[in-house]
Amino acid sequence: MYPTDFDYHRPESVSDAVKLLKENPEAKVLAGGHSLLPVMKLRLAMPTALIDITRLSELSGVREDGDAVVIGANTTYSELMASDVIKQKLPFLVDAADQVGDVQVRNVGTIGGACAHCDPAADFPAIVLALDAEIKTVGSSGEQTHKASDFFVDMFTPRLEPDEVITEIRLPNVADIASATYQKFAHPASGYAIVGVAGVRTSGGDVRLTVTGSVPITTRLTAAEGEISGKDLNEANIKAAADKAGEGLDFVGDIHASDQYRAHLTRVFTRRALEKLAG
Amino acid sequence: MAVTKMFGASVKRREDSRMMTGRAEYTDDVRLTHTLHMCIVRSPYAHARIKSIDTSAAKSMPGVVAVYTGEDLKDDLGQVPCAWLIPDCNLKVPEYRAVAIDKVRFVGDQVAVVVAEDRYQAEDAADAVSVDYEPLDVVTNQEDALQDGAPQLYDDVPNNLAFQWKIGGGDFDAAFASADVKISQRFVNHRLIANAIETRGATVEYNPGSGRLTAWITSQNPHIHRFLISGATGIPETDIRIISTDVGGGFGSKIPTYAGEMLACAIARKLGAQVKWMETRRENYVTNAHGRDHIDYVDVAASKDGVVSGIRVNSFANHGAYLSTAAPGVPTWLFGTMLSGAYKIPNIDCTVNGVLTNTTTTDAYRGAGRPEATYILERVMDLVAHETGLDPVEVRRRNFIQPHEFPYTVATTLEYDSGNYEEALNQALQTVGYEDFRREQEQARAEGRLLGIGFSTYVEVCGLAPSAAAGAMGFQGGLWESSTVRMHPTGKVTAFTGASPHGQGEETTFAQLIADELGVPFHDIEIVHSDTDRIPFGWGTYGSRTTAVGGSAMVYASRRIIDKARRFAAHMLEVSVDDIDFNDGIFSVKGSPEQSKTIQDVCLAAYLAWDLPEGEHPGLEESYFFDPTNFTFPFGTHICIVEIEPDTGQIEIKRYVAVDDLGNVINPMIVDGQIHGGITQGIAQALYEYAVYDESGQLLTGSMMDYCVPKFHHVPTFELGRTVTPTPVNPMGLKGAGETGTIASTPAVVNAIIDALRPLGVKHVDMPFTSERVWNVIQERKGS
Ligand SMILES: Cc1cc2nc3c(=O)[nH]c(=O)nc-3n(C[C@H](O)[C@H](O)[C@H](O)COP(=O)(O)OP(=O)(O)OC[C@H]3O[C@@H](n4cnc5c(N)ncnc54)[C@H](O)[C@@H]3O)c2cc1C
Repeated sequence: MYPTDFDYHRPESVSDAVKLLKENPEAKVLAGGHSLLPVMKLRLAMPTALIDITRLSELSGVREDGDAVVIGANTTYSELMASDVIKQKLPFLVDAADQVGDVQVRNVGTIGGACAHCDPAADFPAIVLALDAEIKTVGSSGEQTHKASDFFVDMFTPRLEPDEVITEIRLPNVADIASATYQKFAHPASGYAIVGVAGVRTSGGDVRLTVTGSVPITTRLTAAEGEISGKDLNEANIKAAADKAGEGLDFVGDIHASDQYRAHLTRVFTRRALEKLAG
Repeated sequence: MAVTKMFGASVKRREDSRMMTGRAEYTDDVRLTHTLHMCIVRSPYAHARIKSIDTSAAKSMPGVVAVYTGEDLKDDLGQVPCAWLIPDCNLKVPEYRAVAIDKVRFVGDQVAVVVAEDRYQAEDAADAVSVDYEPLDVVTNQEDALQDGAPQLYDDVPNNLAFQWKIGGGDFDAAFASADVKISQRFVNHRLIANAIETRGATVEYNPGSGRLTAWITSQNPHIHRFLISGATGIPETDIRIISTDVGGGFGSKIPTYAGEMLACAIARKLGAQVKWMETRRENYVTNAHGRDHIDYVDVAASKDGVVSGIRVNSFANHGAYLSTAAPGVPTWLFGTMLSGAYKIPNIDCTVNGVLTNTTTTDAYRGAGRPEATYILERVMDLVAHETGLDPVEVRRRNFIQPHEFPYTVATTLEYDSGNYEEALNQALQTVGYEDFRREQEQARAEGRLLGIGFSTYVEVCGLAPSAAAGAMGFQGGLWESSTVRMHPTGKVTAFTGASPHGQGEETTFAQLIADELGVPFHDIEIVHSDTDRIPFGWGTYGSRTTAVGGSAMVYASRRIIDKARRFAAHMLEVSVDDIDFNDGIFSVKGSPEQSKTIQDVCLAAYLAWDLPEGEHPGLEESYFFDPTNFTFPFGTHICIVEIEPDTGQIEIKRYVAVDDLGNVINPMIVDGQIHGGITQGIAQALYEYAVYDESGQLLTGSMMDYCVPKFHHVPTFELGRTVTPTPVNPMGLKGAGETGTIASTPAVVNAIIDALRPLGVKHVDMPFTSERVWNVIQERKGS
């Protein structure tokens, strides 16, 4: 519960942050610290320096950009929930963010941090993936834009170089979203997802479904999506799709929930998500 | 001056203002100058031989003052004590060194101690201590530990069996042989981890000039700590001051004297310095005494009418790697004696095997032994109902001890003080609307819903005392309490108690008692506790004894004050003592109430001592040592209603009704708080909390991310009720309220879950009822 020695920097701009990261290869970006500090206290992470980005206004705020909604990396869950843009364009995100941790976590934890951390049981990677988001990063080799589907590589492994900072998460074509939901079965101790399923349905009837918690890293439920996309969301179709949820995936298991139970819950929560999408 | 009666009033807790505003002084808040920081190097192995320890790198690190191995401290410190030496059971207390010398026996066992100028330096140096271990085979389960060929923790404890203890009465075998209904069931009462907000620690000051040691220790019983630390260090009791005024929760885990605080004291003396040791949450999880961890084989003899004639329990209690301070008494005396519960069971046969394993120790945990006994009995009542086809409520009624039968001696020799079990049951049934519920349940079942109701008509033993019983049980201490009540010249009062409140609110309730006894305003009374230099000797807080025993001592000391003040008042009013009335703080002459003196007037006169009655001494200060003649036996009925979501196995508690009889109640609000907390802890055992070790002895539930301490949303609104059957064993007629909720609630929840699963043919499933476990049961039953 006592981290090893580290230096602390608070750069004035993203480019300074990138410069500091370049100079300190063992450094880490500090956002809300709600994932990073616990692992440092356990000495599972021992960065030599922390680059605190929390006061960089370039990274804050939620705004509309044409058809897209753009979430600054530093946006906390609470800021997201309070945002008028979110309330109008993507109201389901208010309820989804409300399911993260507790009020202290929501007041401090950031969406950028959640994406960068790639916790296999985190909520927002699955949500961002279901929204087909783009994740923008800046590093010493310049700016990049990743599709969410390329970004969440593996457990605790984002597509992010050590000297790169996530700047924003861009949610495209929000006007095209007919309905969206996030359904979570929370672990009673940690509050993290044992299973979380995010679902988005476009006005054309396409359905994107993603899962977190039951698999090593958030992923699309392609078999279920294929079964339901373009179809009527009636009971029989929903059941048929939910039965396919998780097909071809490897599920994780531990003392809290076995792989079989997680596989089962993935189907149950896919069904619930589809029922929600049906309205 | 009229004083309203405080007994029975929901006065707000006066301790809360300092606790809620961050002004309490917990162990870590005590800041001394030039304090060194101690950090313990702990074994990563559950069982290993220590081949060598290299401390040289650690010693040369910045800020490091000293690094000690077990060998280095051999002469400074005796063993970590076991102080409940239960007799007649071949008890073997294994050697427990504060720092292991050649072998470690659980993950977290102490192997070295680092002292440095700050905590970070101490932690860094602890990482640099290099220990060469030879890992040995590990056993964590008590049944496995007794098998031939199991890893042996000690050369002198064959088969890891620390004791085999028996209690009983009647003839179980005969009862079983002739019974219509025979039930045999194995129950697992799994391991729990106490989660006090304040982890354990010690801030210690040693003055080489005076030879005095002052230790702020987070303790439920500072005098026991003083006693045992004196024994272990050789520092005379009179040179040790233990202060535990503000304690951030205990639940039993702060009864024992642990290696940590002993080391902090010994090292403070060795270095002639101030030393602080505060464990981390992770250390707290792996090294604190855990609770429960029983496996019980139970046989029951009953008639077709549901009358239970006998019960046999063969219990295997997991004690961990060593015997903690009170450990042997918990699964034996506090368990076996309670196997009659609220019922007339003439034939009882109980054997308890105390087993050592490669896990941290177990000891008292809220309820301590009584939840284990109650769990068995309340499950048994439901199993009897199941076998006989009777309603579980009816089975309980048929077995209850009746109100006219008190005092009632059960087969295990305890004499129950008072009770009216059926009254509490009836009130609870009425609150819940039992008949309507059964109709609702029938309809729900027809729709395929899993809805269930569970009962727990418990009785428990509280107010731990008398001392003669403590002696007979091998408890290496007394169980009386003492109090000094001091009136000051201005009429204000300081009352000292040897009991050790640590969150239960006695700074408030004790002041309520004294306000009534002395007739002085509540706000004029200060309660002093938990500082061994200020208070009279006391045995501390556990076993729901603080008010029943410590409060009684205070009432009697107050009455001595009134006796003396009455004589002074008679002298001042120039009448005989028999002619003095005392009411609400006023001494008056019988028949002419206008002739009066307030207690404050009398007090001032006693202190000025200008005109003393013949043969009297000045001042108003009295002490009383109270040793009750018996325990107290609170009881009641808890009813839980659950619904299970078949899809996920998730359980929702829809209602929770508790009617408790705690005798008279001083402060209903505080007691409700105790009941709420207790029920929450008991529900948590049924649904959320469970400690898991893997095969190599690593604690897999070693943090709050894995071990589910219940949160607000995990529990329903509690519907509380009370009946009042006073006890004759203390002057207030109260029984104790600290543990009833925990003791009663676990089986009520489990019985409700089993009732919900009954349409699937389920008779018994062991706790904890995680969603997955319930879902698995549903799948198996649907498949079969
Ligand atoms: C008690 C508790 C409960 C929680 N419950 C939940 C829950 O239910 N669901 C859930 O999803 N999460 C939960 N969390 C995690 C919480 O959401 C985290 O705060 C979040 O995942 C990480 O955000 P952060 O701002 O705290 O990141 P930090 O902890 O500061 O950083 C996490 C990692 O991301 C990196 N990083 C952060 N920001 C950037 C950036 N802009 N660019 C590049 N790298 C970056 C850091 O270097 C670090 O490696 C919980 C946390 C706690 C403490």
